[in-house]
Amino acid sequence: MTQAINQAYLEEMERDPRLILFGEDVELSIFGDTRGLHARFGAARVRNTPISEAALTGMAVGAAMAGNPVICHLMFSNFLYTGFDAIANQAAKLRLMTGGQAQLPVTFVAAIGGGTSTAAQHSDTPYPLLMNLGGLQVVVPATPADAKGLLKSALRGLNPTVFLIPRTRGGVMGEVPEGDQLVPFGQARVHRSGGDVTVVAIGACVTHALAAAETLAAQNVAAEVVDPRTLAPLDEATIVASVRKTGRLIVVDEARDRCSAASHIAAVVADTAFASLRAPIRRITVPDTSLPYAPALERALMPDPAKIVAAALDLVAWSPTERSS
Amino acid sequence: MSDTTPVAKVSEPTPSQMRAMLERMVVIRRTEEQLGADSRAGRLPGNVHLYIGQEAVAVGVCAHLADDDYITSNHRGHGHYIAKGGVPRELVAEVYGKRTGACRGLGGSMHVADLSKGMLGANGIVGGGIGIAAGAALAAQAAGRGQVAVAFFGDGAASEGVLSEVLNIAALWSLPLVLVCEHNLYSEFSPSATVTAGEIADRARPFGVPATRIDGNDLLAVWSAAGEAIARARNAGGPSFIEARTYRLRGHLEAEAGFIQTKYRTDEEVAAWVARDPIPAFAAALERRGLLEPGELAKTEAKVAQLVAEAVSFAATSDVPDMSFVEAARSVSAAGQGG
Repeated sequence: MTQAINQAYLEEMERDPRLILFGEDVELSIFGDTRGLHARFGAARVRNTPISEAALTGMAVGAAMAGNPVICHLMFSNFLYTGFDAIANQAAKLRLMTGGQAQLPVTFVAAIGGGTSTAAQHSDTPYPLLMNLGGLQVVVPATPADAKGLLKSALRGLNPTVFLIPRTRGGVMGEVPEGDQLVPFGQARVHRSGGDVTVVAIGACVTHALAAAETLAAQNVAAEVVDPRTLAPLDEATIVASVRKTGRLIVVDEARDRCSAASHIAAVVADTAFASLRAPIRRITVPDTSLPYAPALERALMPDPAKIVAAALDLVAWSPTERSS
Repeated sequence: MSDTTPVAKVSEPTPSQMRAMLERMVVIRRTEEQLGADSRAGRLPGNVHLYIGQEAVAVGVCAHLADDDYITSNHRGHGHYIAKGGVPRELVAEVYGKRTGACRGLGGSMHVADLSKGMLGANGIVGGGIGIAAGAALAAQAAGRGQVAVAFFGDGAASEGVLSEVLNIAALWSLPLVLVCEHNLYSEFSPSATVTAGEIADRARPFGVPATRIDGNDLLAVWSAAGEAIARARNAGGPSFIEARTYRLRGHLEAEAGFIQTKYRTDEEVAAWVARDPIPAFAAALERRGLLEPGELAKTEAKVAQLVAEAVSFAATSDVPDMSFVEAARSVSAAGQGG
């Protein structure tokens, strides 16, 4: 996936000579996604910055307002918090506050998620709070092809977008179509069809969901795996249509459970497809705690295929007369 | 007090420029007096923070700027909006919450903006405009056409961390940025001296950013310092910092009488600054020098009174926005395709 993201930067920076990228150590590139761009495009367009997130996010907004498209690379998503005024108070609100005058061709990029013992301050999955700001497009790719196509859409857009890279997906391999394949926002991808249970999975959780679906198939349970790809806008129609078919929903989300993307998706389905539900909705998320450093504890708190399999078998067997929800 | 690096010295404005600046200050003052009266009479949906007493700063700086130069402003932004070329009736309509307002009634007093004039917005977050101006300066530098960006902020914002971050980056990257701190002696309701260590202009110097402290109530002093800083920025000379000492003749916000129970400044202090009001001072100076005919100020006042009356009538008779205005100004589509 890292290479696919790198290709998207490269192709879009070639396509639009005004597009600039800045952030801490983007020249060296600790994740590899910006590697080679400095050599290719020079120091004026690929800028190493001081460790100054408040200024960087503000400058990204200002450059975008002045008509210059910009990628603001924030490295770990926890660093959104130190630059959050310009994201939450400025980027998310300026278009509305200016009565639609402001166009904001700005993409904030950051890595999300635990699983590699980076401990509590480098492992957050903050899309729920970004989804809640009411003015940001929030993108979470799960495959290399989607990462490239979604990022290209973000870099050509005129509205502020946060592109969140699932950290554990960096080395994931996959086909990336040649050429200019853009993935539109607000369109979920159905990775696998099935009639017994809908598994909506976000980012790195898509891999877990597909692994679980294999296991379930061996037990004659057909899981449909739906990847929203963008959380704002959210393709509610595809999710709801799937649940109308299967009657069961599991949402797998690496964010903490309280006010998660999973709880929002569960609410949407409960509101619009209540009559189709044959069992309660299950959320597989991280409990309301920071992630610990010790690998066994971190793994135990995060979603995994076994938890999805167990939830699916439970839902398929669920009956209102035999057990309480 | 000034330790700026030498650039071509800007001489005086022409007499017609001086008269235009006087008129611009009067437009700001009378428009805001109207909005203040509207606020105290309960005719406005929200609050207003008035710029009364500080007009010389915005007018003296913006006199050097073209429509394609950028400014950012703060919660006290009406003066910057008008000084940068914003249309007064669109300001009044915005503060009235009408669809004909500068921001279609969706922003209000604290967010007035006119991007067609390079006015990137007043800002309700103290210090919020500083990073945005630096980003606009980066865009200006990339465009290579000699545009500049100016950030207006107060002494309160000088204590926000983003100022130090921006001074560092602007100096490193030699951005065409002018940071204008309007030191009006109050950080909301706290005397600046109780919340501000040292001299604000001194905060720029360790970064190698030329800094100067001037009398912000002296229009020509502002014009001169801004001219020098803006010329430096246009000529790839990098950022500058101006601390303009001025005074907020009104309160932090017009509604404060309703919730403040004790005085936080003395009548004597306010009276002393009324005596230093930049508008009568500048008008008198022009008359002394024969650059303003007797009776000309009265004519300007009459013309401005007419303009304000028309602005009020325009705003009062305009419709409020409906929900389609919100839909049109969303940055995330409700469903389906974004981008």
